[in-house]
Amino acid sequence: MSSVAVATGSNGHEPSYLDYKGKHSGILGWILSTDHKRIGLLYLCALSVFFLVGVTFGFLMRLELISPGRTIMDPQTYNSIFTLHGVIMIFLFVVPGLPAVFGNFFLPILIGAKDVAFPRINLLSWYLYMLGGLLAVISILLPGGPADTGWTFYIPYAVRTNTNVMLALFAAFTLGFSSILTGLNFVTTVHRLRAPGMSWFKMPLSVWSLYATAWVQILATPIIGITLLLVAVERLLGVGIFDPALGGDPVLYQHLFWIYSHPAVYIMILPAMGVVSEIIPVFARRTIFGYKFIAFSSIAIALFGSLVWAHHMFTAGMSNTSQFLFSLLTMLVAIPSAIKVFNWIATLYKGSIELATPMLFVLAFIFLFSIGGLTGVMQGILSVDIQVHDTSFIVAHFHYVMFGGTGFGFFAAMHYWFPKMFGKMYNRKLAKVYFWLLFVGFNVLYFPMFIMGWLGMPRRYYDYLPEFHSYHFISTIGSWILVAGMILMVYNIFKSVLKGTIITDKNPWGGETLEWRIDTPPIHENFIEIPVVETDPYQYKMNEPDFKKVSDN
Amino acid sequence: MSTQEHTAAAHVHRDDVGSRMGMWLFLFTELLLFGGLFLLYSVYRFTYADQFHIAAKELNTIVGAFNTAVLLTSSLTMALSIVAIQRNQKLLSIVLQMITILLALFFMVNKYFEWTAKFHHGIYPGSEELLSRQPGEILFFGLYYVMTGLHGLHVLVGMVLIAVMARMTRQGTITHNNYVRLENTGLYWHLVDIIWIFLFPLFYLIT
Repeated sequence: MSSVAVATGSNGHEPSYLDYKGKHSGILGWILSTDHKRIGLLYLCALSVFFLVGVTFGFLMRLELISPGRTIMDPQTYNSIFTLHGVIMIFLFVVPGLPAVFGNFFLPILIGAKDVAFPRINLLSWYLYMLGGLLAVISILLPGGPADTGWTFYIPYAVRTNTNVMLALFAAFTLGFSSILTGLNFVTTVHRLRAPGMSWFKMPLSVWSLYATAWVQILATPIIGITLLLVAVERLLGVGIFDPALGGDPVLYQHLFWIYSHPAVYIMILPAMGVVSEIIPVFARRTIFGYKFIAFSSIAIALFGSLVWAHHMFTAGMSNTSQFLFSLLTMLVAIPSAIKVFNWIATLYKGSIELATPMLFVLAFIFLFSIGGLTGVMQGILSVDIQVHDTSFIVAHFHYVMFGGTGFGFFAAMHYWFPKMFGKMYNRKLAKVYFWLLFVGFNVLYFPMFIMGWLGMPRRYYDYLPEFHSYHFISTIGSWILVAGMILMVYNIFKSVLKGTIITDKNPWGGETLEWRIDTPPIHENFIEIPVVETDPYQYKMNEPDFKKVSDN
Repeated sequence: MSTQEHTAAAHVHRDDVGSRMGMWLFLFTELLLFGGLFLLYSVYRFTYADQFHIAAKELNTIVGAFNTAVLLTSSLTMALSIVAIQRNQKLLSIVLQMITILLALFFMVNKYFEWTAKFHHGIYPGSEELLSRQPGEILFFGLYYVMTGLHGLHVLVGMVLIAVMARMTRQGTITHNNYVRLENTGLYWHLVDIIWIFLFPLFYLIT
């Protein structure tokens, strides 16, 4: 059943990448390392910190909304907090998210390479990410106060407000540059460094989705770059490009913003879909159903997703023809997404399903993403969109896709690849406990938002009418359950990195892709010898003698 | 290939095709960066066609045409410097790179005089003179400053890059069988050139 002709693991003498002694030692050996695995872990550390900060802000927002009127903060603070929650979660967590951490760590291994195509640029992109994060933090601390524009920096308010919008803009610009560098690195890596025999259709599906994502990163991000620069120029010089008083058009800003920011949600979700396609065959012990459909649907999502941006602006003023076109295109994106869901479900059918933690997160992904995706199609319908635009219905939809989708996909990847990355195993019983806390808490938190949004609760508001009280109250209770799960997860991961059960088994889950054929944890350059790939990924044959049932304890 | 050979090869990993591919991808991002501005330009030109026409008369076509010639020539010398290094003519390549930098400098000096002349006439973002004009003219000059400014920034970056390349050529890091860095710098330089080729007619030739 081997998909690799040559033995690819180490001879047992090579130190793992964690113990590898390079030119530098200690902390320098990490922050100056161009090893893709170490960079992946650097990203993981930084992203986790920002994620927890973002969670804290979201938690505080929910707490403020538990009852009408002032609860714990004034309106200005509330505006800053939802801006920071958005900016941090979008630009510092979800956009870099899976590609920066697991893409960096596993993309080269999955295609049988020793590193990415440009290791030094890879490290540079981490530094740019840190610089962007630093600028964002400075913008919070400096006098003037954190930006209060929302993460969209809509003009004209973004030009008029006296808060530290400039710094937030430069932070987002720098982070965009970091994202571009990751993208061009991955595209080149996939083109140039696939192991002998690994043709395009022998690539694992997460590689396909990272590849599609990388193209979107390259082609969409420059637009947000120039747009944010123009806002900065407006603030500094008053050129008037978006200022109606000088002949400019603020709606054009919205167009430019969403030309990037809509494809950006596919930057966020596509890698998570890749993770799902990777995990399902392993824990269902079945070959993936419809490999080519899943692979091409990634590309189709990237393509169509780049042409639907104006559905964010149905109420902002545009011609009926454009409204019709963008509505149509929006509904078309649902097709490749649905193809993926059908294929995942078909893979599960008659599989020998093992409900280990990664699989639980993946199943939650499919459930939550389907709700998020279908409500997305609802919003693509013009008449419905007029009703729900700028209500908490949108907030619920967005979080079902981005948190229920990408977030849970991230947790799935974390629990799937954890033993390979650290050579340790986490507490699997505890993992199941907090999975259920997260899943239940998530739904209690966000589902009421669908209902109250439908009834007319606007998004972003500091205060609300008494009739929405019970929904807000339930939602805030949900945030507590969610955060409880989060605390347990952080505890488990953190403790297991330090003191988890040591694992040396190359293949604890019985996976078929290349990362399970090398040492746990991997050696410095992954492979002693570059493998020769002969068969498709996911060649699971039931009832085979060496069929490994995932033991669960 | 034995394991030893392979590890040795991995340490001096070199993939010229890959490097060029990376550079082309980067150039795509540059095109899209300017693409956003060209999009704005086309929308506003469509909205204020007449006023753009009037505003463009303020620009000196001769200076613009001269600068276009200078930049085109610099692209030629850049391309020639790559041919020179391919033929192992190190000194010639360095001289050609220096000429490219000089031409770029010439372009920037010209641009400097053009901009300061505009300032002198009170035409700059937010000036009373400009604000008293029609919206199309304000936008024309707004875009003029932003687009030629961003382009000028790219010229400056290009000059620094070529200077670094000239130094590397002198030190022998760039040689006749390892010149992909110089080639990539050349690609970047041609991009800077081609963006100007679009800027020139859009601002100077619509009178």
